[in-house]
Amino acid sequence: MKGLKLFEFEAKEIIKNYGFEVPQSVLIKKGDDIEKKIKEANIEPPLVVKAQVLVAGRGKSGGIKLVKSIDEAVKTAQILFETPIKGIKPSFILIEKAIPHENELYVGIVIDRSLRMPLVLASKYGGVDIEEIARTKPESIIRYPINTVIGLRSYEARIIGKSIGVTGKALNSFEKFLTTLYKAFIEYDAELAESNPLAYLNDKVLPLDLRITIDDNSLFRHENYAKTEEERLGENTEYEIKAHELDLAFVELDGDIGVLGNGAGLTMTTMDLIYEYGGKPANFLDMGGGADAEHVKTCVKFLLDYPKAKKIFINMFGGITRADEVAKGVVMALNESKVKKPIVIRLTGTNEEQGREILKKAGIEAFNDPIEAVKVVVSK
Amino acid sequence: MGILVNENTRLIVQGITGNEGSFHTKLMLDYGTKIVAGVTPGKGGMNVHGVPVYDTVVEAVKEHPEANSSIIFVPAKFAADAVYESVDAGLKLVVVITEHIPVHDSLEFINYAKSKGVNVIGPNCPGAITPGKAKVGIMPAHVFTPGPVGIASRSGTLTYEVSYALSRAGIGQSTVIGIGGDPVIGLTFTEVMEYYEKDPQTKALIIVGEIGGDAEERAAKMVEEKRFTKPVVAFIAGRTAPEGKRMGHAGAIIMLGSGTYKDKVERLESVGIKVAKTPFELPKLVSDAMKSL
Repeated sequence: MKGLKLFEFEAKEIIKNYGFEVPQSVLIKKGDDIEKKIKEANIEPPLVVKAQVLVAGRGKSGGIKLVKSIDEAVKTAQILFETPIKGIKPSFILIEKAIPHENELYVGIVIDRSLRMPLVLASKYGGVDIEEIARTKPESIIRYPINTVIGLRSYEARIIGKSIGVTGKALNSFEKFLTTLYKAFIEYDAELAESNPLAYLNDKVLPLDLRITIDDNSLFRHENYAKTEEERLGENTEYEIKAHELDLAFVELDGDIGVLGNGAGLTMTTMDLIYEYGGKPANFLDMGGGADAEHVKTCVKFLLDYPKAKKIFINMFGGITRADEVAKGVVMALNESKVKKPIVIRLTGTNEEQGREILKKAGIEAFNDPIEAVKVVVSK
Repeated sequence: MGILVNENTRLIVQGITGNEGSFHTKLMLDYGTKIVAGVTPGKGGMNVHGVPVYDTVVEAVKEHPEANSSIIFVPAKFAADAVYESVDAGLKLVVVITEHIPVHDSLEFINYAKSKGVNVIGPNCPGAITPGKAKVGIMPAHVFTPGPVGIASRSGTLTYEVSYALSRAGIGQSTVIGIGGDPVIGLTFTEVMEYYEKDPQTKALIIVGEIGGDAEERAAKMVEEKRFTKPVVAFIAGRTAPEGKRMGHAGAIIMLGSGTYKDKVERLESVGIKVAKTPFELPKLVSDAMKSL
């Protein structure tokens, strides 16, 4: 759960439908007659063959190849379909006309949480990650907040363009591009819309790459994309993908203590406590607010099956979540699972007496003091 | 005294007939919160735990002109509309419990509310409680006791943990506010600090932050510029969280290398704010800070 990422070809489709030019291209699906499709699309080499995968650093990982002929494009595409990039084989490949260019810009739009406004980020040093620009040339990044009442006005787009060195006819093109990107950012509920690189040519700008990430919480307004969520898992581990399917808030870590808490803050704090007392968490898993026994069971079974967790620590402070429900869920999971792991539980808050009683019957002594409990789980 | 919610709070519950809305209406009434009306479109004329239900906020306010605050339990899809409705009906505080609200919606209703002089707490928050006076939220009441320490927290459960630890150590709270775990929220640390600064009951403040964003850094700046002059101590969750991964809360993510635990702690300590390694050190830290007064 970190936003629904659109594929490059989908993002370009949006911009194109809004009336801004993108490089001429053809989309290849697995099993297509590649040569026929390229010829039908009437694109002349040189071409760029691009694996459609949702991972960072696609180019560096060999997912983008420049080729001189249609023959070479066909062979390259066939190879790319079979080459996993950071563990993911592409289902689509985009073949584009190569655009000769000298200057690459960076343009992105995000939400600034302090200003509570959309923020345009732009730099004349595109082609590398914004993270890297922020590290190496932080002074080159222009930050321009947008008032949502009036939106991003054309004059503002021109100011931003000029401030990263765009002039002449290309400035008009930049203005059109940025207002188009902003429109996509708003209409697609994006948390991120960026072009990197944005080619700066003599008389225009052209997005060579384009990324749009849709806010998870707004997917009810973008159902056509929501339906394909499963196909879009980017850089997630096997267990993160499994957790996602079960709708669990799970992050894989490198230690050996499986962690389950209620509430993100408490769960993070539980990880911190484990470190503080010499242990290492194997994961972050938040059961959320108001979890019932069934959901707790799913969480505990997940940790029992998760091989990195050699032991399990459950830290719950009942508020909306009731301790008896949590205890019931734990006992259900232990009864249903064949896997046995040491398990330490700290239980406090709403209905804690009933919860303790349920656990006691199953042979588990719950702790009240979290620090004491952490010390025990670390030493097991 | 206390801030934002107190004995003068006259509350409207939006989404009062839903499971959560009805359940927490009962608990808030039990705590002594004055709930004057509930709103659920299409359910006007009903009654929930003795609270009259109206179809619209405007009607509720017309019948109960003393209403000044609202708490929202409506589903994420309709939450933005619920906020606009209470702002336009003239209520001055809107507490948004609902989670999973689209961030573009939050952005717009928060800016709108601000332009009308209305305070929004949340979204995705447990609400606010002034112990012994009023509870406008979903927190377990028994962990709170009245006293001198204000708490502002980005996390729900951790708020209860800290309050419980304080109460057990015999240290009560003035007002405890869960400001919410989303990237875009209404009242931030610095904005609630302006209220705590003016509140005579509050003698010291605990900030419970987490990784991501720069809300804690801004709080530090406020202390540095002496716009907040009471003793402050803090705890930041996520010391061991990896970069680039979203830790449950949508807002708890380290991006562009900013929002790290280390940056936050260094900034807070640079202005003399002590940062506890665990939440359980907070009672001692805050009582030491108050002794030096």
